[in-house]
Amino acid sequence: METSRRNFLKISGVCALGLTALPVADVLGQTDLPKAIQNQQALTGQHWAMVVDMKKCWEKGKEGCVDCIKACHTVHNVPDIGTVKEEIKWIWTDNYENVFPGQNNEYNVQNLEGRPFITLCNHCTNPPCVRVCPTQATFKRQSDGIVMMDFHRCIGCRYCMAGCPYGARSFNWRDPRPYIKTELNMRFPTRERGVVEKCNFCAERLADGLLPACVEACKVGALSFGDLADPNSVVRKLVASHFTMRRKPELGTQPNVYYIV
Amino acid sequence: MLERALTGDKKYYRWLMFLLVLMGLGFASYLYQFNKGLTITGMSRDVSWGFYIAQFTFLVGVAASAVMVVLPYYLHDVKVFGKITILGEFLAIASVTMCLLFIVVDLGKPMRLLNVLLYPTPNSILFWDMIVLNGYLFLNLLIGWNVLEAERKGVHYPNWVKPLIYLSIPWAVSIHTVTAFLYAGLPGRHYWLTAIMAARFLASAFASGPALLILLAFLVKKHTKFDPGKEAIDKLSQIITYAMIISMFFVGLEVFTAFYSNIPTHKEALLYLFLGLEGHGRLVPFMWLFLILAVVALILLINPNTRKKEKTLKIACLATFFSMWLEKGLGLVIAGFIPNPFNEVREYVPTIPELMIALGVYATGFLVLTILYKIATSVKEETAPSS
Repeated sequence: METSRRNFLKISGVCALGLTALPVADVLGQTDLPKAIQNQQALTGQHWAMVVDMKKCWEKGKEGCVDCIKACHTVHNVPDIGTVKEEIKWIWTDNYENVFPGQNNEYNVQNLEGRPFITLCNHCTNPPCVRVCPTQATFKRQSDGIVMMDFHRCIGCRYCMAGCPYGARSFNWRDPRPYIKTELNMRFPTRERGVVEKCNFCAERLADGLLPACVEACKVGALSFGDLADPNSVVRKLVASHFTMRRKPELGTQPNVYYIV
Repeated sequence: MLERALTGDKKYYRWLMFLLVLMGLGFASYLYQFNKGLTITGMSRDVSWGFYIAQFTFLVGVAASAVMVVLPYYLHDVKVFGKITILGEFLAIASVTMCLLFIVVDLGKPMRLLNVLLYPTPNSILFWDMIVLNGYLFLNLLIGWNVLEAERKGVHYPNWVKPLIYLSIPWAVSIHTVTAFLYAGLPGRHYWLTAIMAARFLASAFASGPALLILLAFLVKKHTKFDPGKEAIDKLSQIITYAMIISMFFVGLEVFTAFYSNIPTHKEALLYLFLGLEGHGRLVPFMWLFLILAVVALILLINPNTRKKEKTLKIACLATFFSMWLEKGLGLVIAGFIPNPFNEVREYVPTIPELMIALGVYATGFLVLTILYKIATSVKEETAPSS
């Protein structure tokens, strides 16, 4: 096909104009309608928090019960890589002296040393991981304070893992999909190799009006979830009526997972 | 000017071929990592940054140290540095190139790299590091190239270059300060949480960078007809001496604060590095080697006789460079993760493919450096007054 320079320039000009039309159309086409319709049953709150009653867990729960962990890892397609080096975990247990380092003494009255404590992302009010993320792939949801992850934006720099003082973040060092040993939950995304993941306080379940999977799975009611901003919420009442501990409060992160011992 | 990089003797081509082979090996290892993921490295859930980021951190220092020749020359009119500012600037270019490559090879999702630009996030120090590093690269490219081109033509460099030169001085300080802030602002990483982190970084950079520059100047003198000049090397060696003393002083400050305060979290990383913690001590021999090399360097540098003698100065520079490399390019980043947030010691050892990739990046940096130095020395040889 032959074309003159004049024609070529004309067509280029029209094409360039066409490109500018797109954003204009976007602006003109805007409506007040929300982009997604919220489920009427959705659980909403301003300040989600969890209270972990370890006393209940130890006294009423079966020895070695891992119902909460199993439920979470099944719902979220968390892989079981099988090595300490590449372990991926959203909720797990560790010894008292590891979860609360520096707070054990030689003569702990309750023999806390060696007792398992449930631990997960603290969904901090001042999350260092969000502060350091260079792409906002991890962010604090304005409406309810959940610290969330966009698995499709994460570049895998692992700055958030250096920033998190709680070891709550796991990185997919390899393709995790072959290691998902639970039944695949088609309603939650699996991850790719090279991104960070962690507990999301079951944001996807809250949107469906369900409590977090771990809370629902605990038969002895050791885990409570609710809105701290609501004076009548179960978590608010528990925190007001019990002595509670939070992990590393001296760092100013304001964790939103409280422990009753 | 670029054509000067294409003509050289056999030795020059052989060296380039050698570097290309190393780059090829590194690239092959990178393809392996690209296919398998970062699982092929020694990094773990607990030590989530390793050799790559440590090299990046160390090389930012080498890049920043160009300011140690630029600043005296342009601000204090130290004329002896006139001949080697270009060597400093070109070393900075090669170092920043390596820094950027080390960041890229460390990413889990390198193809999403541009997300940093698509979603600019000013509260992330990494965002600022990206800006200052790339800015520094462009500044040095512009300045180095224009000044050299002007020299070749026998004219004064264009006036618009001057403000850029002045800008490059605080900019050099900024790249290492921002890199220190990557670490110094993290709660719960006690070894890094120190107000003198940036100062420590700059001091060790101003020792290791000029030490490398002196070694390179000797190489240039040996292999080309361009002589950087004894006075310049003398002056540089004085700078190294002071920087090395300050550097070691800063390390001492850290030790004092940690051990006199007796706060366990402050002591643990240092204990791990120098004595071993809970039976783990893979870095202990390296850290003692760092101390020994640092002492050797200080003895040779402080004594004016050994500092001025070429042979002993070379040993001093090698000792300085490698001691600072061990301290910053190995110990500092890794020990920040030990013990982990659960007060457990999980050690890190780089794997062979990881080291091969790092070697490939270093080879790339040295290829850039060789080509730039070839151009610079060719121009210097041409313009030198024939005697």
